[in-house]
Amino acid sequence: MIQLSQVSKEYPGRGKALDGVSFRLEKGEFAFLTGHSGSGKSTTLGLIHQADTPTSGEVVACGFSSKHTSHREVWKLRRRVSYIFQDFRLLPGRTALENVTFALEVTGTPRRELSSRGNRLLAQVGLAVKSGLQVHELSGGEQQRVSIARALANDPLALLADEPTGNLDERASRGIMELFRDLNARGMTVLMATHDLELVRAYPGIRVLELTEGRLVYDSRAPAVEGA
Amino acid sequence: MHAIREALAAIRRAPLLTALSAAMVALALFVVGLFAVATYNLHEALSRVEERVEVVVYVRDDVMEAELQLLEEDLLEMEEVLGVRYLSKDDALAQAREDLPEFEELFMNLEVNPLPASVEVELRPGFRGPASVARVADRATIYPFVDDVRFGREWVDRLHLLRRMGGIATAVLGTAFGVVAALIIATAIRIALFARREEIYVMRLVGATHGFIRRPFLLEGALTGLLGGILAAVLTYVSHLAVSRLIFPLEWIPLEWMVAGIAAGGLFGLVASAFAIRRYLREV
Ligand SMILES: Nc1ncnc2c1ncn2[C@@H]1O[C@H](COP(=O)(O)OP(=O)(O)O)[C@@H](O)[C@H]1O
Ligand SMILES: [Mg+2]
Repeated sequence: MIQLSQVSKEYPGRGKALDGVSFRLEKGEFAFLTGHSGSGKSTTLGLIHQADTPTSGEVVACGFSSKHTSHREVWKLRRRVSYIFQDFRLLPGRTALENVTFALEVTGTPRRELSSRGNRLLAQVGLAVKSGLQVHELSGGEQQRVSIARALANDPLALLADEPTGNLDERASRGIMELFRDLNARGMTVLMATHDLELVRAYPGIRVLELTEGRLVYDSRAPAVEGA
Repeated sequence: MHAIREALAAIRRAPLLTALSAAMVALALFVVGLFAVATYNLHEALSRVEERVEVVVYVRDDVMEAELQLLEEDLLEMEEVLGVRYLSKDDALAQAREDLPEFEELFMNLEVNPLPASVEVELRPGFRGPASVARVADRATIYPFVDDVRFGREWVDRLHLLRRMGGIATAVLGTAFGVVAALIIATAIRIALFARREEIYVMRLVGATHGFIRRPFLLEGALTGLLGGILAAVLTYVSHLAVSRLIFPLEWIPLEWMVAGIAAGGLFGLVASAFAIRRYLREV
C-alpha cells in the first residue's frame, strides 16, 4: 500500500530532513509515526502524499511512484490517499456540510448528490446534527471530525494524519483515535504522525515507527532492524 | 458547467476587480483601436492616391505610327501594365483647354501646338510601388523617340515609405499594448488566485484535477479580455464619431478588424490567465 525505499530528503542549506528511511505499510494496517518535533514526520507524510519529491530513494503509495508520477497526475493519488492536518485546514465562512460538499464537488460529484452524500459522511464521523453550523461555531474536536469527513469524500484507501490530535484535549483526542480505529477496522490503512507518547502507549496494539533526526530508529513490528 | 458558474461567481464576488481590470484592458486596447482607425484611414487615403499613380511617356513629334505601336505592345506585355492610352498632340491641347479654362484665350491664339503627344500607362493594382514604376519607366526610356518619362519618383517613394511606416507602427504598437492588456489580466487573475488560495489549496489536497482548478480562472481571464475588447471598441467608435463630426471625416474600420480586435482581447485574456495559473499551480 505504502512503501518507502531508502528515502532521503534534503532542504537546501538545512541538511537532511530524512536520511535513508525505508518501511512498508500493508493494506489495512495502522501505524504511528513518532519522534520529536523536527524529526521528519511531516516530511515523511508529505512525501507519501507527493506534496514534494524525495532527494533520493523512492516512495510508492497506492501504486503511484514518486519517480513516475507527474505533477498533473498527483490528483489520482490524492483521491486514494487522504491527508488530515493538525490545524484542520477547513474553509472558514462555510458550514460543516459545505466544507465536505466542497471536496465532493471539486472531485466530480454530481450536484444533486452533494448534500445527501455530504450528510452521510458527516453522520459517519458523528456530526450529523451539526452539519449546518459554521466552522467557527464548532469545537476543535468537531472541526477535526469535519476534516476527516472531508478526507473520506473520495472513499480513499489510506489516511495520512499529521498530528491530528495535536490541537485537541484528551477527550477529543480519544474520540478522534476511536474514529480512526473504527475506519481501520473497516479496512482503511492509517498512518498517523504524533509526538504524544502517552497516546501511543494507550494503544499498544498499534505499530510504531520512530524517527530521530530523519532516521528510522525503531519499528515495533521488526524491532531488530535498526537503522541507527 | 462548474467552471462557468465559478467564473461568474468570481466576478460577482469581486465586481470591482473585474470592472477595474476590464477598464484598464479597455484603455490599452483603446489605444490600439485609435491607431487602427488612423492606420485604416491613412491606408485608404494612400490607396486613393496610389490609384492615380501612372507613368506618362512623352514622345517626339516626328514619331511614326508603327513605332508607337511597338512601344505600346512592348509595354502591354509587362505584368505591371494594365493598359495604355495614346494622347495625340491635339488631344493634349483639348485636354489642356478643358483643364485650364482660364487660359482659353492663350490656347486660341496658338499658331503651333506646343504640347507633346504622350502614352499614358496605367499600372495594375499592386504594381504601383517604386520598383514597378521604375521598371516601366526604364523600359520606355530605351526607345529613341521617347523624349521624357514622368512618374513623380519622389512621390511614389514617399507614398511607399509612409505606407510601410504606418504598417510597422501599427504592428509594434498593437503588440505593445496587447502585451500591456495581457499583463493587466494576468495581474488580475493572480489577485483572484490569491484571494482563493485556501480553496485552491483544499482542491489540490482532495484531488481536484489541474484542469478543474484552472478552468474558472481561464474563463474569467477570457471574459475580462472580451469585456475590455468590447469596451475598447465602443470607446474607439465614440472617439471616431467625435473626430468625424468636429474635426475631419474619418472612415470607420472594417467589421472584421473590430471583431478580430475583440477576439484578440479574449485570447490575450485566456493566454495571460493560463500563464498566471501555470506559475501559481507550480508554486503551491
Ligand atoms: N519546507 C522546508 N524547508 C526547509 N526545511 C524544512 C522544510 N520542512 C521541514 N524542514 C526541516 O526538516 C526537518 C524535519 O521537519 P518535519 O518533517 O516538519 O518534522 P516533524 O514533523 O517531525 O516535526 C526540520 O529540521 C525542519 O526544519
Ligand atoms: Mg510536523
